Amino acid sequence: MTTADYERNMVLSSVDYKVLGTRPVRHDGADKVTGRAIYGADFDASGLLHGKILRSPHAHAKILSIDTSKAEALDGVKAVATAKDFPQTGDKSIEMGEDTTKLKWLRDNIMASDKVLYAGHAIAGVAATNPHIAEEALALIEVKYEVLDSVMTTQQSMAEGAPLLHESLTTQELGEDSGIVSNIADHFQHSKGDVKKGFEEADVIVEREYNTAMVHQGYIEPHNGTALWSPDGRLHVWCSTQGSFVVRDSLADLLDIPVSNIRVTPTEIGGGFGGKIPIYVEPVAAILSKKTGTPVKIVMSRKDTFEGSGPTPGSNIKIKLGAKSDGTITAAHAWMAMEAGGYPGSPVGAAAQCVFAAYDIENGLIDGYDVVVNKPKTAPYRAPGAPNAAFGMEQALNELADKLGMDPIELRLKNVAEEGTRRVDGPTFRRIGAREVLEAMRDHPHYQAAKKSGHGRGISIGFWFNIGFDSACNIAVNKDGSINLTEGSTDIGGSRTSIAMHAAEVLGIAVEDVRPSVVDTDTIGFTAVTGGSRTTFATGWAAYEAAQDVKRQSIERAADIWDVDADSLDMEDGIISSKTDSELKMTFKELASQMSDTGGTITGRAAVNPKGVGGSFAGNIVDVSIDDETGKVSIERFTCVQDVGKAIHPSYVEGQMQGGSVQGIGWALNEEYFMNDQGNMANSSLLDYRMPTSLDLPMIDTVIVEVANPGHPFGVRGVGEANIVPPTPAIANAVSDATGNIMTQLPLTPGAVLDSGK
Amino acid sequence: MPIVFVPSLMQKLCDGEQKLVIEGTNLRQIIDNLDSEYSGFKERLVEDGKIKPNISVAVDGEITPLGMIQKVGPDSEVHFLPAISGG
Repeated sequence: MTTADYERNMVLSSVDYKVLGTRPVRHDGADKVTGRAIYGADFDASGLLHGKILRSPHAHAKILSIDTSKAEALDGVKAVATAKDFPQTGDKSIEMGEDTTKLKWLRDNIMASDKVLYAGHAIAGVAATNPHIAEEALALIEVKYEVLDSVMTTQQSMAEGAPLLHESLTTQELGEDSGIVSNIADHFQHSKGDVKKGFEEADVIVEREYNTAMVHQGYIEPHNGTALWSPDGRLHVWCSTQGSFVVRDSLADLLDIPVSNIRVTPTEIGGGFGGKIPIYVEPVAAILSKKTGTPVKIVMSRKDTFEGSGPTPGSNIKIKLGAKSDGTITAAHAWMAMEAGGYPGSPVGAAAQCVFAAYDIENGLIDGYDVVVNKPKTAPYRAPGAPNAAFGMEQALNELADKLGMDPIELRLKNVAEEGTRRVDGPTFRRIGAREVLEAMRDHPHYQAAKKSGHGRGISIGFWFNIGFDSACNIAVNKDGSINLTEGSTDIGGSRTSIAMHAAEVLGIAVEDVRPSVVDTDTIGFTAVTGGSRTTFATGWAAYEAAQDVKRQSIERAADIWDVDADSLDMEDGIISSKTDSELKMTFKELASQMSDTGGTITGRAAVNPKGVGGSFAGNIVDVSIDDETGKVSIERFTCVQDVGKAIHPSYVEGQMQGGSVQGIGWALNEEYFMNDQGNMANSSLLDYRMPTSLDLPMIDTVIVEVANPGHPFGVRGVGEANIVPPTPAIANAVSDATGNIMTQLPLTPGAVLDSGK
Repeated sequence: MPIVFVPSLMQKLCDGEQKLVIEGTNLRQIIDNLDSEYSGFKERLVEDGKIKPNISVAVDGEITPLGMIQKVGPDSEVHFLPAISGG
């Protein structure tokens, strides 16, 4: 591949910016590359105790008794906690960042009370003077179980007579309780038009069933948390989280104390991808701290992280598509069941809203089922549910294109969703960039180049939403004209800098003159999770509004100094000037130096819950080669195209695109929870749970498409998630192209590829 | 007047209608008027005066965080959707 093979980014929006779109060095870069940044496991305090968690070896069992006496008697052990130490307060629904759950389910997932529902389910916590003693104490806790039959897949769980995980769980159907006790927690349906008629009108129909395995986000830093419950009733928690306020509010519900008594300080985070929205160890550390009066730190091992945190579900998906001979899709039906894990709450609802989102389909029907199984409770993972759905839909589309004799991109362009398209789940799209993404793929040198002999080529596109939710931002102006910006969004992908760039753009100052800080829950207004592709969109918007507040006050101060009406002044590129008198000019820095003489420090603030979200489409072109003897798939070339609205910091956007692509490649080729006959994960280490490394991958070529989101002041769309949606089907389509066999299950292991021809 | 798109799993409450024209300037009024015309909607959608946690509402194509106080315009579209979980 030569430089000429790369496609330039496509800037379709027409607004010029001074700061946005540049690539400044990140504010936290030096601390992170020199090891000075403080992560949760680095945390230390006087008298710190170390906690460990005992986990169930059984996938499904009743807990008959727990005897902790021998553990408590061990020298060095300071406290032991079980579910009995949690306040048994009600069963209300509580918000968990991006979704809601029942308090009892959350509490029981953190520490099992009457049953264990998966191998790895937490049963007891120990605090000791060092981690080794804590581990030794775990072995002294005696638990008596009544082992029950378990279910590992949605097919097993939905079967007649399947063992029930929850004796009182009944299927909900959009606000109606069916009264039927089963492992199906929820069923919903979306419909549009007349599907039966649509299939009758079709010249060609494809229909197929697909299965995907449970996979983990694979963040490198395990979950951790340190708690100090002071005698005055105040609880301070330091932890690695995507949402410090979610931790605070969940702790308040779980421990039955007011939010005003809890302060959560987010440490730096070593990856999350959605998996660090729920909480696991923080409440256990808090209870152990309350018992001992000292700070308690718990750090999960890798095995704990795999078995005791929240992966994304395996799924069983059936897709049926009908089309006219000219490629017009006449009908589409998707049936999807997803593994929720031990407690309800899979991402099947999101999957249902994404499965057909890229296309204008007149007649559509989508059925979704949320199914509990004896595996860890699932958690968000980058565009949750959408990659599973796309794995089926985007392969079915390629099969349809084959039958029609059409180019797969042309088939997609023929049916592509645009502004005004009504989705099968109901709402209509505002301005979106699906067409622009497909056209960029079609015109890309990668797609135009001839395939190498023996290689297979696949393409796919995918969609993910963007959410608003609460964000807050404060700005304090320093006398040298720099600003201190405080916000509450965990910085996972460089968001400190992208948020700072919003303020710099408004004030016309250099981004290096902005000092952004992610602060604790006592120091900033409620800010929702770093998730849902919302942080640059919503917290960036809060920074935009806070900077506007500073700008307005700066103009008023200048008006006081010059004794003119504020309406006669303007502020552009960091210079305050008169609209009528060219002599009246002052830089923002000059004004800042006069703050104490003109009324004191200027501070700006904003709290937003913005509308105007703009979903994002991403697409992949993938070339693969396959070892004929072993079936091993190698990625030879990979191109990712994404509509990002406005790339605030293009390097970070490219990083998101490459990161999502790599995770999708791992999901496609290697990753899975490999469960043995007893329902235990057999590959709970990074040696056996094979994620791609740089040695497995070519350069991920990125093409940024900018179709401005009209709902945002700078045209921003959420960019963090859509890029993980297309890789699994694009790679499967490439393997099918190379082998001539449709790939109906993930991962595409060498064995699965070899078996696909049988 | 605003148009309410009735989810297929609720259409049995309104004789199979897929769309209904319902008067109201906020979501509370829309649901009250919907329930007056077709009994049962409020029970399906509302709990303790709020939209049920497993349901979300899209007004004019966007999920609203405001719940019952969400303004609804004369040409608005209202959709009742399953709340997205796990995402």
